[in-house]
Amino acid sequence: MSRESVSNVTPLKREYRAASLEAARPVSIEIKGVSKTYKTQDGEVPSLRPIDFDIYDGEFVVVVGPSGCGKTTLLKMVAGLLPPSGGEIRVGNKVITKPHSDVGIVFQSAMLLPWRNVLRNVMMPVEVKGLPEAEYRERAMALLKMVGLQGFEKKYPWQLSGGMQQRASICRALVHDPKIVLMDEPFGALDAMTRERMNVELQRIQRETRKTVLLITHSIPEAVFLADRVLVMSERPGTIAAVYDIDLPKPRTLDVLSEPRFVEMTKIIRKHFNAQSDGA
Amino acid sequence: MAESKRGWVRLLQAGWLKPLIFLVFLTVAWDLVIRLFHIPPYQIPKPADVIETLWTDWPSLLAQSVPTTIATVQGFVLSALFGIPMAMLIVGSRTVESYVYPLLVFSQSIPKIAIAPLFVVWFGFGMLPKVLSAFLLGFFPVVVSAVQGFKSVEPDMLDLARAMEANRLQIFRMVRLPHAMPAIFSGLKVSITLAVVGAVVGEFVGSNNGLGFVLQRSIGNFELPTMFAALVMLSLIGVILFWIVDVIERLCIPWHASQRQDLIVAA
Repeated sequence: MSRESVSNVTPLKREYRAASLEAARPVSIEIKGVSKTYKTQDGEVPSLRPIDFDIYDGEFVVVVGPSGCGKTTLLKMVAGLLPPSGGEIRVGNKVITKPHSDVGIVFQSAMLLPWRNVLRNVMMPVEVKGLPEAEYRERAMALLKMVGLQGFEKKYPWQLSGGMQQRASICRALVHDPKIVLMDEPFGALDAMTRERMNVELQRIQRETRKTVLLITHSIPEAVFLADRVLVMSERPGTIAAVYDIDLPKPRTLDVLSEPRFVEMTKIIRKHFNAQSDGA
Repeated sequence: MAESKRGWVRLLQAGWLKPLIFLVFLTVAWDLVIRLFHIPPYQIPKPADVIETLWTDWPSLLAQSVPTTIATVQGFVLSALFGIPMAMLIVGSRTVESYVYPLLVFSQSIPKIAIAPLFVVWFGFGMLPKVLSAFLLGFFPVVVSAVQGFKSVEPDMLDLARAMEANRLQIFRMVRLPHAMPAIFSGLKVSITLAVVGAVVGEFVGSNNGLGFVLQRSIGNFELPTMFAALVMLSLIGVILFWIVDVIERLCIPWHASQRQDLIVAA
């Protein structure tokens, strides 16, 4: 594992959070000794080794790691879709055992229902949860306006481009006003240009809504661009290899991509994967 | 001049015209083959004779079409009414699937024509054996495609719905059922054409009316033009019923890829 000692870049081992921060900021997601083992026909397959990690209120945490390291498993456990094999996850002091109202999810594919127009897709969580329709309708319209989909409320998903579809699915994740937004490679299916634009957009949305975001990506520049903290995971069975505080000032523009500090960060993070693939 | 030319082009591109032209071509070819190879009329009738029979016997052919159509439609409706809930049960429960589905597939390898006489023994010469025969043929494609449709929902979509705290009924109503509609309709389209066959089979083995009965009687009497005319009527019934299901499909799933005509908005 790399032990870079660049100023302000702190690859913390074991003790992942700075004590001073812990006291100051309320914790949104508490991950305590969480592990996951899948039972298959060939016996038990460990997916995640025990993980301890806290995510603060309003923090943007990005998880990077090789394929199959259990990133998605971790995200699904936070959503309550999968039970952990060991340890516990707490959101707002409640232990998560089943799906709960505190999260909204965005997947790689927009997953909009083709028989619903954009507005009705965004309103789906409201419908499912039986929340007051009229009140949330206004909220949905405001969200659509925020992501630049004003005037597209009545369009069907297939009438929109990939980027627009993904923006609609972000609105759907936000409509019931959850504290946390979980994103599993949300821009992985988009072309590079759209992806960069969406990154800027997502940063703005997060600043405006002050949500806690847990985002998974394969793209290291995307991770550094978006994150307050980047969580690097090791290969399967995954665990936390390192955590980096990204101290680049926010809001960040695309110009940051060429700044020396940015490039330096991406290099440090990339080293993890090179070292791993070299068999170190 | 240019206007009328464009009108002609549009007419030539109309969906119904191309099969019609091909039909005329086939009829001419049929006629030529009979003339060239001197095929006697007791083997294959001349198209002109068939058309003449259609013209003169139209009232009676139409009257005989009514019981066949009714049996077809009733058998088809039964297929849909039993087939779709059966598919739901198969998808909803592993137990039902493991017990019922293999047997259902197995039952399909039994020739229905062999069972049809049994219905006559059980239920006599009325409507019921025909309807059952149509149902037997139409049922299976509905079940198979509906099962396929219900099962082909992306796992991520189901996770998303579960993360919204949707219960099983909500997931079914909001995700699974609409998702399965295109597959169900393609099953229904196969089913309606097979139901026509089923009704005719029912009429073959034991009935004193309907186009199946006309077919059998005319073969017995070597009235080949009548027999061919009955075949034409049967295909007409099949085409019209298929078209009706197609229209219902368009109304039910205008959002599906096969129905889209709108332009895509890009931004």
